[in-house]
Amino acid sequence: MEFTRRETLAVGGAAALVAMLPKGAYAATTEEWIAEFTGGAEMADAGLDLTAPEIAENGNTVPIEVSADGASEILVLATGNPTPGVAKFTFGPLAAAQYASTRIRLAGTQDVVAIAKLADGSFARASKTVKVTIGGCGG
Amino acid sequence: MADGVKPRVKVPKSASAGEAITIKTLISHPMESGQRKDSSGNTIPRSIINRFTCEFNGESVIDVTMEPAISTNPYFEFEATVPEAGEFKFTWYDDDGSVYEDSKKIEIG
Repeated sequence: MEFTRRETLAVGGAAALVAMLPKGAYAATTEEWIAEFTGGAEMADAGLDLTAPEIAENGNTVPIEVSADGASEILVLATGNPTPGVAKFTFGPLAAAQYASTRIRLAGTQDVVAIAKLADGSFARASKTVKVTIGGCGG
Repeated sequence: MADGVKPRVKVPKSASAGEAITIKTLISHPMESGQRKDSSGNTIPRSIINRFTCEFNGESVIDVTMEPAISTNPYFEFEATVPEAGEFKFTWYDDDGSVYEDSKKIEIG
């Protein structure tokens, strides 16, 4: 495959642009993560289900489930980890249910928090305490 | 580090139009968190998959932004609506710029 000079410049330029995109503002605390996601809006207690085990023997892989009818986004945070961010699920038009299940790392016993942006633009919050017997951050 | 990264996806072969199906995905990846230290005390640099997307015929089903707190071999389970026959496209984005892809066709029947 041969590139003309013009094509090479275009490809290089595009790559440089991608490299320069911010990786998302680095937010240090759980409160900052929540504030960035909700913009400081009030959070209701209903409308979001967070399923996590009460006791996790191995913090390296803790199964969790989130589900919120009609939500456009769900943010999951682990308040006791070195960095609280876990994942953000954005649901597209073809998501049959605003539901997702994954496995996460927990450094120790702590609260897992989920926040959903609901269809009407309001926010819902759910949290669950998980006891961890063996931490999951290589400590 | 992107050795031996292998995506695995479970999608039913067929569905009825408009049906909701469950999709399971797993990709083998060490998901180095950037928190661990090696035997000589040096921090092992972060190397994770930071984004996962699933599309059906070009329309988004789910888009996940991932942080280092996602376990080794990231696993996701979610539900998708199948309006017509077509193809699911799965894409994982690695910190090192690699992109891993998989796709699965589904029929209406």
